[in-house]
Formats: sequence, C-alpha cells, structure tokens
Amino acid sequence: MYNANLGIVPDQEIGRGRRLLKRLKGGDEIAFLIVFASALLIILITGLLVLELYWNSSLARHQFGWHFLIGRNWDPVSEDFGALPFIYGTVITSFLALVIAVPVGLGCAIFLAELAPRRISDILTFLVELLAAVPSVIYGLLGIFVLVPILERVVVPVLKHTLGFLPIFSGPFLGVSLFSAAVVLAIMIVPFIVSVSREVLLSVPTEQREGSFALGATRWETTWKVVVPYARKGIYGSIFLALARAIGETMAVTMVIGNTPDINKSLLAPGYTIAAVIANEFTEATDDLYIHALIELGLVLFGITIIINGVARILILATSTKGAAR
Amino acid sequence: MSARRISSWCIGKLGCTVVMMILLLAFANQSSAQTTINGAGSTFAYPMYSKWFDEYHNVHPDLQFNYQSIGSGGGIRQIIAGTVDFGGTDGPMTQKQMDDFKAKQNCNILHFPSALGADVPTYNIPGVSQELNFTPDALAGIFLGKITKWNDPEIANANPGIQLPANDIVVVHRSDGSGTTYVWVDYLSKVSDEWKQKVGVATSVKWPVGVGGKGNEGVMGLVKQTDNSIGYVELIYTIQNHVPYGKVKNKAGKFVKADLAGVTAAAAGAAQNMPDDFRVSITNAPGDTTYPISSFTWLLIPDHIADPVKKAAIVDFLHWSLANGQDLLEPLSYARVPKEVIAKEQKAIGKIQ
Repeated sequence: MYNANLGIVPDQEIGRGRRLLKRLKGGDEIAFLIVFASALLIILITGLLVLELYWNSSLARHQFGWHFLIGRNWDPVSEDFGALPFIYGTVITSFLALVIAVPVGLGCAIFLAELAPRRISDILTFLVELLAAVPSVIYGLLGIFVLVPILERVVVPVLKHTLGFLPIFSGPFLGVSLFSAAVVLAIMIVPFIVSVSREVLLSVPTEQREGSFALGATRWETTWKVVVPYARKGIYGSIFLALARAIGETMAVTMVIGNTPDINKSLLAPGYTIAAVIANEFTEATDDLYIHALIELGLVLFGITIIINGVARILILATSTKGAAR
Repeated sequence: MSARRISSWCIGKLGCTVVMMILLLAFANQSSAQTTINGAGSTFAYPMYSKWFDEYHNVHPDLQFNYQSIGSGGGIRQIIAGTVDFGGTDGPMTQKQMDDFKAKQNCNILHFPSALGADVPTYNIPGVSQELNFTPDALAGIFLGKITKWNDPEIANANPGIQLPANDIVVVHRSDGSGTTYVWVDYLSKVSDEWKQKVGVATSVKWPVGVGGKGNEGVMGLVKQTDNSIGYVELIYTIQNHVPYGKVKNKAGKFVKADLAGVTAAAAGAAQNMPDDFRVSITNAPGDTTYPISSFTWLLIPDHIADPVKKAAIVDFLHWSLANGQDLLEPLSYARVPKEVIAKEQKAIGKIQ
C-alpha cells in the first residue's frame, strides 16, 4: 500500500479495521455476505417454524404424549385426540398417488426428452408446465365434478369386477374416498415429475447415447439402460418433490376424500389427511387443547416429511455408485 | 427532441404522476376523519352483515364497518383477544369463553341476536321426488347410524304413500367446524338422549357415521352426487339453489317445512323464556308453526367501549339494525328477529358503557 508520507507500507502495519474495509471493497466478500445472509434467513425461518409448532402444541403433547401418534379417536367434544387416522390417510394417499403418477410421469418425460420430435416435445412440455400452475382448488373441483363420477361409473366397477376379491378394493364406493383422493393427487403431481425428469434426461451428455449406439444398442435400450440410469438422481429428486407436494396438498384432497377419520383397510372407503383436517377445523377450534392438538398434527406432518426425506437420501446414497453421474 | 428522449421523458412524468396519486390517496384517507370499526366471525351471517354495513355506510358516510368472515370460532377467539371491536357467532359463547373474555378485557361480553337461520335435511333418493317427513327420532337414528335403510319403519310411517327403496342411507355431514353443525347437533341432543351422551354439542363433533363435505356447498355437492344420501344445510342455500328438502316434526307434533315465517315463529316461541343475555338455543321450540331446527346468529359486543366515537357508532348501528336492518333480511333469505326479542334487545343496548 502506498502512503504519501511514508512511501510503500506493508499491509500488516495498517489497522485491523481498515484491512477489513479494504477487503469488503473487494466485491467478492460483499457478495458472499449477502448470499450467506439469505441462506441463514432460510435456516432461521425453518427453525422458527419448527419451534413455533413445538411450543404451540405443548398442551396436547403434555396431555397425550406418544399416545397421540397411535390414538385412533378424534373427538373434539370429549377432547380426546389421536393422530393415527390422519397419518394413515396422508401416507396412503401420497404413496398411492406416487404409484400412479411415477410410471405415467416418467414415461411422459422419456417420451418428451428422447423419443418425440422437437416441435411436439416443446408444445407438450409447455402444456405440462401449465398444468403445474393450476391452483389446487381447481383440481378439487375437477375431482368432485368430473373425476368422481367417472370413477364411480367406469373405473371402480371394472376394478371391483377384476380385483374385487382383494381387501383393498372391498366395501361400497361412495365416490369420495382415499382412492379418489389418490387419483386427484396423482394428476396434480405428474407435471412436477414430467418437467423435472425431462430436464434431467435432456442434460445427460450425448456422448453416453452415442457410446451406447456405437455398441449396437437400439433406441429403447439406450434410453432405458443408459440414459435413465444416468439421470437416476435427478429423477429421484423429482419423485420426492412430487411426494412433498402430495403430502401437503390440502384443498383438492379435502374435497374428494370424504373427511372421515377412520382407518379402513379398503381404499374405496372415505378417509382423512393431516392437511385436510387442519384446514377444516382450525378456524372453528376455540378451545386451547383443540388448537394445540391441531398444531401437533402439523408437527407430525413435519416429522413425516423429515423421515421420508431421510429415507430418500439414504436410498439415493445406496444406489448412486453404479454408473450414474458422479 | 428525439423519439427515445420523448418516451423516457413521458415515462418519467407518468411515474411521477402515479407516485403523487398514491401519496394523495394515502393522505386523503387520513384526513377524511373516517372511523373504521372492525369485526369478524360467522360465515353464515356474512352476506347479511355485508349488506347491512353497506346500507349503513350510505346513511353515515363517516363510519366504515369492516367484517371478516373467518368462522364463528375465529370471531370468538378474536373478540377475546381484543383484535376486533365486535364479533359474529352462530353459537353462543360458553361460560368459560365469557370468563376468558372478562379476564383479558376487563369487561363483560354482550350477545345481541341479529337474525335467524335454520338447518334443513336435504336428500337425494332416486325415484323419490316428493317431500319427505322426518320425525326427530328418524333424524337422530339416521345420524347415529342406527337407522341404516331408507325403508326403515321410522321413516316409512311418517311418509305413507311414498315408496321408499330398501337402500343404505349415506349420511353427509360437515367436515369443517361450523355454526350450521352446532345448530344441527344441538337439536339432535335435545331430541335424543343417546346423541347427547354419545356425541354431544359443538361446532365440530365426532360423527358416528357418514362422510364430510367442506362447507354448505360441499355437503350439497355430495348429496347431489351420491344416491340415497341425506345431509343438512342452511335454509338459505336450499332456497337459493332450489334443492329439495324435507319437513321436520316440531315439538307440537306438526310436520313443518322450513321457511322464514316458521323460523321467526321459533324465536317468538322461545321469547317468553328468553334469558336476559340472549344466550339461548331455540331449537325444538314450542309452537304450532315453529320450525324446530332454527337458531339465532349473534353479534358479540363488549359492554365497555373505550373509544367514544366507536361506542356511539356501534350503539347507533345496533339500533338501526333492529329497526331498519330487519327489513333487508328477507330478500337475502334470513328470518327476522321477532318483535318481542327486538324490544328486549333495544333495552339491552343501554348496557353498553
């Protein structure tokens, strides 16, 4: 550093504060601080969310303890609350939605990325991404006015005729049920799977495909045995994104699930999910224990999400060694 | 000037004008000395309050009433917390809630019935297009899950001449907490001891049977779409949507189809024994023409209001709503408060200090 009186002065002799200021003028440091602050903000918000859920469910936690997670009774009048029917409904509808949506979504993504002519692919991608932007209430209305009658008149009779002996398809079908909710959720999450998987598949380097063709593989063999495994991580990511949406979905589910806190082995029976019960009962819950029980349900949902994400990470770690990117 | 300079100059001017207009509006609002009175609560009463506040504002342009329909429970919570000046509820506050209010706000809460509503049983039975008669035991039995088929003697005996199928009854109830539910289960508790023991009365209950729909629209949608179903909805929705609904047998033994006159009669019937704080359930009220599943909707007003301008506004509005406001109810399908109760209320308004 050049000082007019002293000439060249080594940096160590400048004061600490001035050294820091000099570094801050560098632009890099400022950029680092800003993005670090953004990341810190996100972490703070998440932490605050969990803390609030924890504090505001204290009455219910003290009253019910761990029994809350296995209790099957939800009675606001006698103030006996148990979360099991809602956990059951949430997990069953979300996983069933995945079972329906993943093959469809992945198939669509493969078609759009690998097999379709460019123009068709662009138009269809645009339409699929439009689907992702539709508000969930619209899906709920679509569910109850279009989907449920179709299920009632066409799909379920066929299902009962062929697979009716299975306990999961037993019992009367009233239209609103876990099955209908799962189908609506599947329709809602397909766009997420398609758009993210398509991006990931497109980003697979062409060298992989060319190498496979050079070895004599057919188009489909290349797609299924080379491209898709290479993009495996991203596809898993899209599936878990879709699952996260399905677990938290409220309005569309509450319109078609029947809102009955029962655990029934049949998928054709009505059920209830955590998000739906909170949306339905929170505004009218004046009693403190009732409100705390609903907030504890929110905490349980958070816990379910963490567990599923944890399992997802382990799954990805366990399968990431064979022939994938990185 | 070149074209580019003109356009950027225009944008600059436009921007300045917009900013000035925003500032002007902001200041204009502040300087017009308008008093805003906030309330929240019952969704059932929202269309009515909305109309009232609109009309009242035309009479008193300096007073603005603001109402958020977040549900009766929300209204009660907010008035206890003191975030609103008044509340709206379809079910009266419990003693515990009133004590809570007193502890937090250091004054008492007053209930003022503003209008009446009713719940009706609506059904969808293929092949049956006539009006059905329901006895109290039939309704209680259906909703308890003890009467499971439409051709059960309890229903069939009340409907001679109507061929009821031997199909399973699908019960539809509300999934969200609501004053509508409160009125329905309150009536069932009065006519059925088993219901009172097993289920009880609240805005949300554990239903023995049935599926839940969200809101009156949800219940009606489910009933319309599901064969052999029965549900309960507000009278207003059935009037406005032309849905068939049944008659209910009242305490005097007559089958009454719900209409505005029958609902007002229910309140008149209960007026003789009305407590001074108006916290009364008027379900299953005596009287020949009364409709048994009726209820008040109340305004919740603290009995001590610090701000004199707000106090004067609220008191004046209450008087207006009981005198002129009642005439606006019928086009909206709400029932008027009977004159005996209005007289009592006019006197009770004096309790607001």
